[in-house]
Amino acid sequence: MAEALGHVLIVDDNKVNRLLLARNVELLGHRAEAAENGKVAMERLRAETFDLVLLDIEMPEMDGFEVLAAIKAAPELRDMPVIVTSSLEGLDNIVRCIELGAEDYLPKPVNQVLLGARLSSSLEKKRLRDEQKRLLDRFATHEVALDLQNSGFAIGGKRLTASVLFCDIRDFTALSEDLPPEATIELLNTYYTLMFDAVSSNGGIVNLMIGDGLMALFGAPQPLENPAQSAVAAAGEMFSMITVLNQEQRAAGAPEIRLGAGIATGEVVAGYAGTDERAAYTCVGKTVNLAARLEAHTKAAGRRILIDRQTRNSLRDPAAAERIQQVAFKGFSEPQDIFAL
Amino acid sequence: MSASPLDPAVFAELQAATGADFAAELAATFLEEAPGMIAQLKQAAAAGDGDGFRRAAHSLKSNANTFGATALAALARQMELSGLGGPAPDLAALDREYTRADAALRGLLDG
Repeated sequence: MAEALGHVLIVDDNKVNRLLLARNVELLGHRAEAAENGKVAMERLRAETFDLVLLDIEMPEMDGFEVLAAIKAAPELRDMPVIVTSSLEGLDNIVRCIELGAEDYLPKPVNQVLLGARLSSSLEKKRLRDEQKRLLDRFATHEVALDLQNSGFAIGGKRLTASVLFCDIRDFTALSEDLPPEATIELLNTYYTLMFDAVSSNGGIVNLMIGDGLMALFGAPQPLENPAQSAVAAAGEMFSMITVLNQEQRAAGAPEIRLGAGIATGEVVAGYAGTDERAAYTCVGKTVNLAARLEAHTKAAGRRILIDRQTRNSLRDPAAAERIQQVAFKGFSEPQDIFAL
Repeated sequence: MSASPLDPAVFAELQAATGADFAAELAATFLEEAPGMIAQLKQAAAAGDGDGFRRAAHSLKSNANTFGATALAALARQMELSGLGGPAPDLAALDREYTRADAALRGLLDG
């Protein structure tokens, strides 16, 4: 795999140093730009997008220590990796750079091999951080993403009460057999865009996508006033959106899609599961199983949305849910009360 | 100060790492910039500007090291470390070392 190229800002008041560092950075395959002091550097960092800063310390106007402090104080620049390249005298100055948040220190004249290794490692770390942020944004509302970013990515679980919603497209496999692959993916993308909208506009997060199905969580990681009500509202929006989509599909002579959704409310164990390198916010427990069983049962029951007793009891208008025949689901010792919306 | 003004191994390494043409351009840039740095250093010394003096000495040291002008770098480093607080810096020695480094570098470029 080709290494991702970085856009590097070189900050140095000395022309020879600027030219030499830019040459080294470019020979390593990255893009280099230069600023001649800290003040100019901060202006450029605020106005443009860079992946990494190579920072000299001894500079007029605004020195490297001040630049480090300013970068760490700006929320949008805080994660910018900074490698200090200087010929500073005194270990205490180098320690100060690291304490101010510099990723590394390279003495001048900079060794090309060492520079290459440091650049790759810092850019890779930044790439992973950016990727993590993007993934988080994709799977959670912006508020939840920020909240998680601030609370950190510690692996660990919490027991809490939440509502779990499963939904999928009925007979999607059969439907997709008649479609060219591109049309199948396009239809799935449209479907997912609509479903994500319905989930996030009601305060939930989508935390699993499998084929044509998804699992959404309400009440975790951020508490909601009434997770069950939010989940039911999201399901309602899903069906309204699909109705509109089907009108368009019909007009275009394209196949329509049918949804099924199941919602259960109760205790779940939620948190980050995985390894330090790769983790996902996930949720397990009996409530999750029940929601999945309810969704699977929609076809047999001939209903669009099925909910469990606790979801129904939490609704502002429980009478709107119609009780249907109990079912003894696999994995549950007792037959479950089921309600249709 | 009788040691060779330029370590040819350092310059050869620079050429190998960045290309002969680039190394020559960089050396020419240094020869253009260095008299200005030395002038700044002298001005700062005359004005009692300790920060400016230290910064100019630091820059000169850093560049001298890049081309292997070790004696010049050592002298600049000494000035950076002692600053203007102690005995008067030996500016004449700095001029002498720079003249030697300049000649040696030009010799390499012409050779």
